Formats: sequence, structure tokens, C-alpha cells
Amino acid sequence: MSTFWFDGHEVPFRPGATIGAALLASGIRSWRTTRGQGRPRGVFCGIGVCFDCLATVDGRPNQRACLTPARDGMDVRSQEGTGHGEFAG
Amino acid sequence: MASSPVDVCVVGAGPAGLTAAVAAATAGRTVALVDAGARPGGQFWRHSPAGIEADRALHHDFVKYRQLETGLARFVQTGQIRLLTRHQVWTIERGARFTVRALKAGEYERTVDAAALVLAPGAYDRQVPLPGWELPGVYTAGGAQALLKEHGVLVGARVLVAGTGPFLLSVAAGLAQRGARVVGVYEANTGLGWLHHRSLRAVVRNFGKLSEGIHYAGTFARHRVWYHPRSTIVAAHGDTEVRAATVARLTRHGAVVPGSERRIEVDAIAVGWGFTPQLELPVALGTRTEVDADGSEIVLVGDWQQSSTPGVFVAGEATGVGGAALARVEGEIAGYAAAWYVNVDHESASFHPRSRRAERRLSWLRKRRLTLRAFAAAMHRAHPVPPSWLDQLQPDTLVCRCEEVSVERLRTAADDLGVTDARLAKLLTRTGMGWCQGRVCGYATACLVARFAGTGYDPRGLTERPLAVPVPLGVLAHGAAPAVPADESWRGE
Amino acid sequence: MPEVLGPVGGRQSGERTVRGVSASPDVVIIGAGMVGAACASYAARAGLTVTVVDRGPIVAGSTGAGEGNILVSDKEPGPELELALLSQRLWTELGEELDPASFELEPKGGLVVAETLDGLRSLYDLAIVQGARGVRTMAVDAESLPHYEPHLAPDLAGGVHYPQDLQVQPMLAAACLLRDARAHGAQVRTGVEVTGARRDSNGRLAALLTNVGPIPTESVVNATGTWGGEVSARLGAPVPVLPRRGFVLVTEPLPRLIRHKVYAAEYVANVASSEEGLETSAVVEGTDSGTVLIGASRERVGFDRTLSVPVLQRLAAQATRLFPMLASVSAIRAYRGFRPYCPDHLPVIGADPRVPGVYHACGHEGAGIGLSAATGHLIAAALAGKEPEIAVSAFSPLRFVEEAA
Ligand SMILES: Cc1cc2nc3c(=O)[nH]c(=O)nc-3n(C[C@H](O)[C@H](O)[C@H](O)COP(=O)(O)OP(=O)(O)OC[C@H]3O[C@@H](n4cnc5c(N)ncnc54)[C@H](O)[C@@H]3O)c2cc1C
Ligand SMILES: Cc1cc2nc3c(=O)[nH]c(=O)nc-3n(C[C@H](O)[C@H](O)[C@H](O)COP(=O)(O)OP(=O)(O)OC[C@H]3O[C@@H](n4cnc5c(N)ncnc54)[C@H](O)[C@@H]3O)c2cc1C
Ligand code: FES
Repeated sequence: MSTFWFDGHEVPFRPGATIGAALLASGIRSWRTTRGQGRPRGVFCGIGVCFDCLATVDGRPNQRACLTPARDGMDVRSQEGTGHGEFAG
Repeated sequence: MASSPVDVCVVGAGPAGLTAAVAAATAGRTVALVDAGARPGGQFWRHSPAGIEADRALHHDFVKYRQLETGLARFVQTGQIRLLTRHQVWTIERGARFTVRALKAGEYERTVDAAALVLAPGAYDRQVPLPGWELPGVYTAGGAQALLKEHGVLVGARVLVAGTGPFLLSVAAGLAQRGARVVGVYEANTGLGWLHHRSLRAVVRNFGKLSEGIHYAGTFARHRVWYHPRSTIVAAHGDTEVRAATVARLTRHGAVVPGSERRIEVDAIAVGWGFTPQLELPVALGTRTEVDADGSEIVLVGDWQQSSTPGVFVAGEATGVGGAALARVEGEIAGYAAAWYVNVDHESASFHPRSRRAERRLSWLRKRRLTLRAFAAAMHRAHPVPPSWLDQLQPDTLVCRCEEVSVERLRTAADDLGVTDARLAKLLTRTGMGWCQGRVCGYATACLVARFAGTGYDPRGLTERPLAVPVPLGVLAHGAAPAVPADESWRGE
Repeated sequence: MPEVLGPVGGRQSGERTVRGVSASPDVVIIGAGMVGAACASYAARAGLTVTVVDRGPIVAGSTGAGEGNILVSDKEPGPELELALLSQRLWTELGEELDPASFELEPKGGLVVAETLDGLRSLYDLAIVQGARGVRTMAVDAESLPHYEPHLAPDLAGGVHYPQDLQVQPMLAAACLLRDARAHGAQVRTGVEVTGARRDSNGRLAALLTNVGPIPTESVVNATGTWGGEVSARLGAPVPVLPRRGFVLVTEPLPRLIRHKVYAAEYVANVASSEEGLETSAVVEGTDSGTVLIGASRERVGFDRTLSVPVLQRLAAQATRLFPMLASVSAIRAYRGFRPYCPDHLPVIGADPRVPGVYHACGHEGAGIGLSAATGHLIAAALAGKEPEIAVSAFSPLRFVEEAA
């Protein structure tokens, strides 16, 4: 089975799965905290409408995990706030 | 990158758009079919990549999909339909013709030049805020369904299903069949009550809804799923994810029966309050809209599914939420209409508007549309969102999930700053200003403003979204000459 | 739904008046945008009984469709700069009195940058003459630019820093000043459209005619922005105000990356230009909420609301030229507004002798937020018969009449 990396852990996925579906199937339900109250979020609408499921994928922040197809070896990271931490400073 | 011009561009490949594309191609036109999803089918026909056969049990109308898929495949083969999947349309320009601008996976832009448009963007779950609804583990009913149908993912082991409308039944049945313990279906209205309504019974029988209902009843009995009419969820609980829900009974007027609250341990909740049509593309093209029986803003269309903007035909949920069968009927009419709108020699085409075949087909479609719309209207009347949610809100309950705008903030803006409508609420509190651009909170904002300011409910003012999807500035800056990989084929993936 | 008030009760003359409007306010301000709000606040503070009417809800016009810069940096020496300097001072005072956070008042300062040495030279020339009028300026060479804005493109020639430039959230600012006016006794009535005026036998204003009935008053302020031309005609004292369209791109929320209001040198030229066609120049600024706003375009296309893709493309190209890191950032929203402009790019402020009792406060083009405080201040002085703080003849409504004659 193919896998991608999530915060350094391997996550398996079925062919055609989205990142969001694969994370949920592995029991991971949140991968982002909000920029105001720092609250956890994961999938809500499941179809790309709500933008709750944002994750950093191969270095690109704010990708909708529920739409983005999983690919072998991909680097997925949870993110905080705006997701653009690396710009700060 | 611009592609060679087509006669008709169809946006959305759900039941409406798919049918429209095949119809327009049948009428002899060249068609581009553009959809954000990885595969055609929309929200209704979702299937695991392994193939629809594998999930046959979860699909009604399986045969219809097969027919359309075959039609589509044939036209794609001949090049008459160009299928663009994973392309999200961010805007459409209107001149002598239309320029449809789509982002491929958010990475580059591709444009389609077309003489007529069929817009079939569908709908998304309507939500209202409740304390705790932002906790991970709370899903929209459609989201739970999509995860199950397309990915075989169960959102939880103990799932509560709540909201209103027959769609909850299908979600609960799917979850139960796949092994989740569904701890109850909490339907805010009288639920299957409409089955007893005499005028509806005929309609229902006609369209298999009754057998669907019986099918669900069987599933529920087998899996010991309790169906609670006139009951609702009032809160979700948990610290970093959902652990429990409070449910309560409702009075006939949709208020919580005092003392009827009950707490249930769950690890997931699926909630849905009907659907909200996705209107940004038609609205940006200047189409006239109105407010439907369910409180949603919808595009006003005529007998040919034509909008008030010449050359723009609209079909499916965007013209009023009515389900997949209605979407297909509207899509077929819109497909022919758009085809015939494009001014080429009709008579030489085998399927021209004055042919006997076309006439017969159209009169049948129109009749069916009438019945299905009547059915949809009855469903809207039978499944209103009860006012109970307004009373259950806490001052710190979030209305806008993206910008984390609380109920209290909205109330202060109304009391203090003179907010009288949804647009003003957006400008002064940032509700609806975040990533989702008010798609999730729009309905609730309109309801809350009406309540706090004592003005009338009006959902308009939040549906204007000139950018239908986020556009990377780098892509936008490249303008008409983006770096499109040379090997990109027209056929999608 | 705007709050529409029905006509009730009879008056001596047998006329009907508008419910909720005090029988005969000292002044009726037409327009609940930024300028109307500032006029209302200053007039109410001066002790006048004030009624604000708007055909829409509050903030229905350009104030809800622009940005909130309060600039001295983009003004060449002249009457508008004097107005801007007065406004800058008044905004700072308003911030202190009303809580700067309530409308996101931020003394962020402006940074104007040039791509070429020629461009930089003209920037410095402008800064020198502005400095002579009391504008504080600071030349910034290429090496120092990163100290001001670390994410600027590395190959710019230099710029000028203007520490006095401020920023507000314009919708909140208007709502807060309207609230302040209400706290000083003013009334705000939405859903009331002004359709005309009635004069007495001496030609003086006697009552304002509206869709919900007449409002007897001796003074009225036309603060209807881009609609100022139409409304002034209805009042019998026409002034020429026309729309100049502008688009703004709004990014996803970001950490604080851009500290100043940053714009390219050509902006100053575009502001002052009278070209019909499309002009764009990069104007980039961060906001309190994390989004970055990207402007600015100027076109004369009437009230056409359609999204223009070529304009957005140019705005995006220019902004990513100044801040290359924006290329990977998404725009999540775009909007357009219509700046109210007069042929000579100056606002119309003050009494209109053609119809005694009529005052204008409109036509502020791309600076109505910034100039609103000074405008309100001047209008309140005029209503109270006080001396204006600065010379106002350049803003006279009669200047167009004389030109025509
Ligand atoms: C999450 C979800 C799950 C659902 N599941 C079911 C179900 O299992 N059974 C059922 O009876 N009903 C279901 N529905 C109800 C559904 O709305 C209708 O039954 C039916 O799918 C409507 O058909 P449609 O063609 O109008 O729209 P849809 O099927 O929604 O199709 C619209 C299509 O347009 C595309 N689209 C929208 N905007 C753009 C854009 N800007 N660019 C490119 N493409 C775009 C979308 O990707 C989508 O594929 C569901 C609804 C939702 C929201
Ligand atoms: C893209 C863009 C960016 C901008 N950026 C800035 C900036 O950074 N800084 C700055 O200072 N300025 C900026 N501006 C300009 C600024 O927005 C305007 O100058 C300012 O908002 C004008 O305010 P106003 O109160 O005069 O008009 P408006 O806000 O337009 O208010 C006029 C009101 O009059 C009402 N009205 C009209 N007709 C009638 C009638 N017959 N009866 C009753 N009511 C009526 C309308 O409903 C409206 O509410 C920008 C403008 C645009 C378009
Ligand atoms: S879950 Fe809503 S956008 Fe992904």
C-alpha cells in the first residue's frame, strides 16, 4: 500500500484517496489550529467548501486536504494559524 | 492556456451538468465539461476509484449513471465532449462569447471559449451554528456521506445523525450498513410524516421515494437505528474533539421542550439542514435570483432553464434544491436549449428543436420537471429549519468558523453599530470574510441579523463572490500566458 | 432590509412628516457613508440637532467598497494637502477620544518606493516640496528598504517614508462615528431616499423631500459621495461628481508581513491624472485581520460592476513585482468600488449660495476616508457660522459654475 508522510509519520492510503480521507481512516481527525483561538480543526464539509481542513502539502500551506489527492511519499504537515509561519520574522 | 473554442461549456459534472453535456452533444454541438472533482458524477454519483460496481449498494439510480457515463465516454472518444476534471472555475467573462477561466489543481489557469454556458454548480450542506459545532468530529451530513461513498471512510464508530430532511435517512443507513453504530437519527420535523400526505403519496410512489423509505426502514430495523422525529441536536461537547451530544425534543413550533435534553456519548456527529445552492458563478454573470421556499437564494430560470443573462442556462440545485432526479431533467433541457441557442444550422442536425423526437422528449421532460418541482416544494415545506437553534446559541458560539466571529459579536454589531443586513454584518464583524467567503455561515448570519436587528430575513448580500475560488496571485499575475505543462491532455485524468 | 419608516401624523400645513425624525432638525445629512458620518459627528458635537438619512443601510456606498488609508504622502502641495494635514490631526484626536481599536486606527506610516533612479529622483523632489508644507518625510535608500519592509523585491531604487500616514477600517470608522453622533443626540434613518427639496418664497431651503415624506429643515448636507451629482441636482444646486472605478484584491490571512502602506511611485501620478483609460499602480497594505489588500486601479466606466480580469491580472503582477513572496499567496476575494470624482479632482465642501441652506460634502475621489474628518469639521464650522480652520475657496461649489460661464 502507498503511504505519505504526515508530521513525520507514515500514513497509508488507498489509490484515489484524498489526504483528508487517508488521515481520517488512520484516526487523525485534526491537523490545523485556528489563528484566533488556536482551536483544532479537521474535515467538516468534505467537499472543498468550508476550508476547515487546510494542511501544508509539500511545502505549500493552506491546501484543502479533502480535495487534494494523496500521492506516494508526499510530505503533509499540520499547520498553525495562517499556515504561513515561515514568513514571519 | 486557451483551448480551441467550443459551442457549449458546461460547468459542473453532477447529475445536472453531466446530463446537459450529453444532451448538448446529442444535439450536435461541441462541448467542454468542466468540474472541480477528480471524476464526473458530482455530489450524487460518488464512487470509490475501484469503480462504482463495488459500491452499488450505496447508489440508487445506478442505471442512469451507467447510461450517462457510456454517453459521455462515446462523445469524449469522438472529441465532441472535452472533459476537464480537477479544474475549478474561478470566473467567467462575458463578451460576444464566454471565457471560462479554470484553475487546474490551483497551479495554473486554463481558459475555455464558448458561445453558450450551462451552469450546474450544485449545492452544499446548509449548516446552522450550535455550541460545539466547530469541534473535530462534527461533520456535515453530506461530508459524512461523501467520505463513505467515495473513500469508504466511516466518520466514527458511534455516530449521531441530526438536522432535517430525507437525506439524513440515506446518510444514517449508509453509516449503519458499513458498520457504524448510529445512535439515533434526530429529525427536527415530523420526518416521514409527508408519506401520509395524500397529495404527495402519488408523487412519491411515482419516483420511488416510497420504496426508498421502506428500504431505509428495513435498514434501520436491522441495525437497530432509532429514528426520532421532532427532535434535534442542541450542542456538541468535547475538548479537542467531539465526545458527546445533547439532544432534545421539539414542540410543534420548533422550540426545545424544557427538560427533554439528553446527553449521548458519541465520537462523531453528522448534521444537515438541507442544502445551499452554489451561486457565485451565475451571480457574477448578472443572473436574476430569488429566495426559494427553503430560504435559499436561487437563480431564476425560464422554461428553457435560461437565466436572465442571454446565453447562460442554469440547471440542478442552483435553480432550487430538488435532488438528483430533478437535476437530471433540468440538465437535459438546459443542454438542448444551450445547443439550440448557439446559432448554427439546426435543420441539418439529427436532433433539432422542431423534430418530432425532440418535441416529444421535451414535453415529457417538462411534465416531469413540474412534478418534481412540486415534490421539492412540498419537501421544503415539510422540512423547515426550526427556530430552536437560535435559542440554543451561547454568546461565545461561533457563527463564522473561518474568522471565529461569535454570536455576541454579531449581537453587539446590531445593537451598537447599526447592522441591519447580512452585508453590513460582514463588513463590520468579518463574518463571512474568511477562506470560505460566507458559504458556511451565510444562512445563519442572515437569520441572526434578522433576529438581532428586527429586520426581515434576506440571504442576499453574501452570495456575491467575484472570485469563485481562491486564486494564487502568481497564477493571476501570469495572465493569459500561464505555464501550462505541454503534456496536459484535454481528457482530464 | 433597510429600516423603512412610514409617514405619520399631520403637521400644521397639513403635511406629513417622517416618523422617527425629530420634527425639524437643524440639519439633515444625506448619506451615511464616511463623509456623512464625520459631518454628523462634528455637527452633533457642536450642539446641532442632526438627522442622517440614507436610502440604503449605513455604509451602503463607496465607504464599504474601498480601503482605509489616511494619506498625506500622495498629495502634492495645494489645497488638498492642507485638507489632508488637518484630517490627519483630527483622525489622531478621534482615535484618542473613541478608542483607536474600535475602528482599527493604526499609525502605520507610508512607504513609497521607486523602481528606477529617475523615479526616485522625482519622489525626492515631491518629498522636498511636501516637507516645506509640514509633511514629515524621510528618504530611504535601497540598502535601507529591507529595514522598513523585509519582503520587498531586492532590486528597487529606494523610496520615501511618510510617518504621518494612517490607516483605519473604513466601515467600522463610519459606523463608530455614526454611533458617536447618536451619542450626541443625532438620529440615523436608513431606507430614506432624498428625491428633492422645497424652498420658501425667498429661495431658501425649507424641507427635504423623501420617499417617505418631507422633512422640514433649514440646512442639508449633501454627503452622497459618487451620487453627489444626482442628489445635488435634486436639491437644485448641481455639482459635477462622477464615478471612477477601482478594484481591490484581498489575500488569504497572513502573518504581519507588510508593515506600512507600500506603494509604487507611479501611484501619485495616477491619482492626479485625468486619463479616461485604465491606470493601475501597485498599492499594497496589510490589515489588522491579516489579509493584505492590493490596489489600485482607476477607470472611467460609469457604474459598471463587472469583474475585469485584465485589471486583476495587472494588480496581481504589480503587487508580486513589489513583494515577490505574494506569488504563492492566494487572493480569496475581489471587490470594486466607485470613487466620487470632480473634474479638477478636488472635493466640493461648503455652502452653495444658489440654494441657501444647501451644503455639499462630496467628490473626495480616492481620499474620502482620509479627508472625511477635516470635511466634517469644516462643515460643522460652516453650519455654526464659525471661521473655517483652513482656506476653503478651492472647494467651492461655485467653481464649476464660473468655469461654465
Ligand atoms: C456533500 C454532499 C453529498 C450529497 N450526497 C447525496 C447523496 O448521497 N444522495 C442524494 O440523493 N443526494 C446527495 N446530495 C444532494 C445533491 O445536491 C443532489 O442530489 C445532486 O447531486 C444535485 O445535482 P447537481 O448536478 O445539481 O449538483 P452536484 O451533484 O452538486 O454537482 C455540481 C458539480 O459542480 C462542480 N462545481 C461547482 N462549482 C464549480 C466550479 N466553480 N468549478 C468547477 N466545478 C464546479 C462540483 O464539483 C460538482 O461536481 C449531496 C449533496 C452534498 C453537498
Ligand atoms: C477601490 C477604492 C479604494 C479606495 N481607497 C481609499 C483609501 O485608501 N483612502 C481613502 O481615503 N479613500 C479611499 N477610497 C475613496 C473612498 O472610498 C471614498 O472617497 C469615500 O468612501 C466616499 O465616502 P462618502 O461618504 O462621500 O460616500 P459613500 O460612502 O458612497 O456614501 C454615500 C451614501 O449616500 C447614499 N445616497 C446616495 N444617494 C442618496 C439619496 N438620493 N438619498 C439618500 N441617500 C443617498 C448612499 O446610499 C451612500 O450610503 C477608495 C475608493 C475605492 C473605490
Ligand atoms: S473539509 Fe471543508 S474544505 Fe475540506
